[in-house]
Amino acid sequence: MAEVLVLVEHADGEPKKVTAELLTLARSFGEPAAVFLGAPGTYAKAKDYLAQFGAAKVYVAESDDIAGYIGGPAAEVIAQLVGEAAPAAVLVAATSDSREVAARVAAKIDSGLIWDATALTPDLVATQGIFGGSTIVTSKVTRGVPVVVVRPNATAPEAAPSTPAEQVVDVAISDTAKGAKIVDRVVEAKSGRPDLTEAQVVVSGGRGLGAAEHFALVEKLADTLGAAVGASRAATDAGWYPHQNQVGQTGKTVSPQLYIAVGISGAIQHRAGMQTSKTIVAVNKDPEAPIFEFADYGLVGDLFNVVPQLTSEIEARKAG
Amino acid sequence: MNIVVTVKQVPDTWAEKKLDAADKTVDRQSVDNVMNEMDEYGVEEALKIKEAHGGEVTVVTMGPAKAVETIRKALSMGADKAVHLTDDSLHGSDALATSAALAKVISTLSPDIVITSSEASDARGGVIGALLSERLGLPQLTQARKVTVDPGAGTVQIERLADNGYALVEASLPVVVGVVEKINQPRYPSFKGIMAAKKKPLTTLSAADAGLDAASVGLAGAASTVVTSEPAPPRSSGTIVKDEGDGGTKVAEFLSAQKLI
Repeated sequence: MAEVLVLVEHADGEPKKVTAELLTLARSFGEPAAVFLGAPGTYAKAKDYLAQFGAAKVYVAESDDIAGYIGGPAAEVIAQLVGEAAPAAVLVAATSDSREVAARVAAKIDSGLIWDATALTPDLVATQGIFGGSTIVTSKVTRGVPVVVVRPNATAPEAAPSTPAEQVVDVAISDTAKGAKIVDRVVEAKSGRPDLTEAQVVVSGGRGLGAAEHFALVEKLADTLGAAVGASRAATDAGWYPHQNQVGQTGKTVSPQLYIAVGISGAIQHRAGMQTSKTIVAVNKDPEAPIFEFADYGLVGDLFNVVPQLTSEIEARKAG
Repeated sequence: MNIVVTVKQVPDTWAEKKLDAADKTVDRQSVDNVMNEMDEYGVEEALKIKEAHGGEVTVVTMGPAKAVETIRKALSMGADKAVHLTDDSLHGSDALATSAALAKVISTLSPDIVITSSEASDARGGVIGALLSERLGLPQLTQARKVTVDPGAGTVQIERLADNGYALVEASLPVVVGVVEKINQPRYPSFKGIMAAKKKPLTTLSAADAGLDAASVGLAGAASTVVTSEPAPPRSSGTIVKDEGDGGTKVAEFLSAQKLI
């Protein structure tokens, strides 16, 4: 069976759940070969996780020449591995960093690129929701080694313990690839909440909250549910919540089991980022809000009454 | 500072977008087309850099004849001149072919800074900045929410969005910059700007003019293909309840019944 290269998504070595999803997906049509790119000393934290989810092989490339620059070095290493391993496909997660790397890899190896796949068959036909999820297409790469950018939550991860063969990659990055140097990383908000795109539950706030401080209501409900916090563009434009948490067109696309929209009208831009959520619950005081046209459960009412009551009700049920 | 900014004409966000039934490319005929909203931020940032450091802003687009409307908008905002790459053979180009074609045109302009935006609202790939960086062999300063140019040192520094904050990324000129929409507030074209735009230089290039091989662009050169296309099953509205003072409890009951809590 041909190898399927899976780019490991991680934070300083700690693997993200989507890595397990991609390994599971890779196993359905080939031999999962994880590609770990990171700073020296970070692989140790990912090793057991990759074995647990069935990596048959791990290419380990730990170097400051990779971790210290944007885009170019990661793409060079992956393109080099494609040349050596002749894989059936390259799978990367649909995160903002990795999709850029995937595009550069596709350009380097002159292969087709498919982004935001929500499913991939063993003969490499991908499913994508386009135009904000209003049209479903299937598509196929027709040249080269398919590079497929896969959405988090597209595959249910299944453990398949293995003892991966580790192969240390000789890293020799060109000067051209090392053009954009990371000189500092600044943490502005460390929430302890799950990643927005990976979360099983997302609670988002919008214009109806009226002020930045009222996002505390959304955060409290989110924490009760172990959820990530999202925001509509109206809320991020107003500066009430960080841009990184924006859901919708020009923001993140999420597909959780449960999406709770608080004070969000549900205009097309927002809908584009969340309408594939399994269950949608909306709280809005305007009965005409478009969100009620596609919510599974809509509550017309004042969020300042409804949300605290919902939060304490969930807490009470958990305690009971 | 020689600044190039890429723009794209796209179907209006509010329009009902669909694929052409025959060739499964984006239907641009049946809808109103506008400048990709994100590109307005790119044009604005180009103008701000020019205003701060001097130089010239050149707009580059690839698209059908009517994409000239989007060029006019960028010129009326204040860009100095434009290049329009347009040719029937380019129809159906994928992101890879588009980036190669744009890079070919851009490289003839010898820019110090190439500015793109984070994504176009029709395809939402979010990869054009990375691809131009790859094609042009220039540093990738994408997902920038702040751009600081230091002409003396010949460097550009950006704040690149990260999940929990940002990365400070630096590169030497020339560079490719990709901006996100929180970076600035795009200006509206003034009446004077709209009038002036009509007299600004616009170069129209065919694929052959740009030195592009017809086999490597358009549907013929695409490295992927759409197999099937159908409307998503409509998402119907579920239960809508008016709050009678027990709304929070009602929602909790629904979640519980769905085994979500």
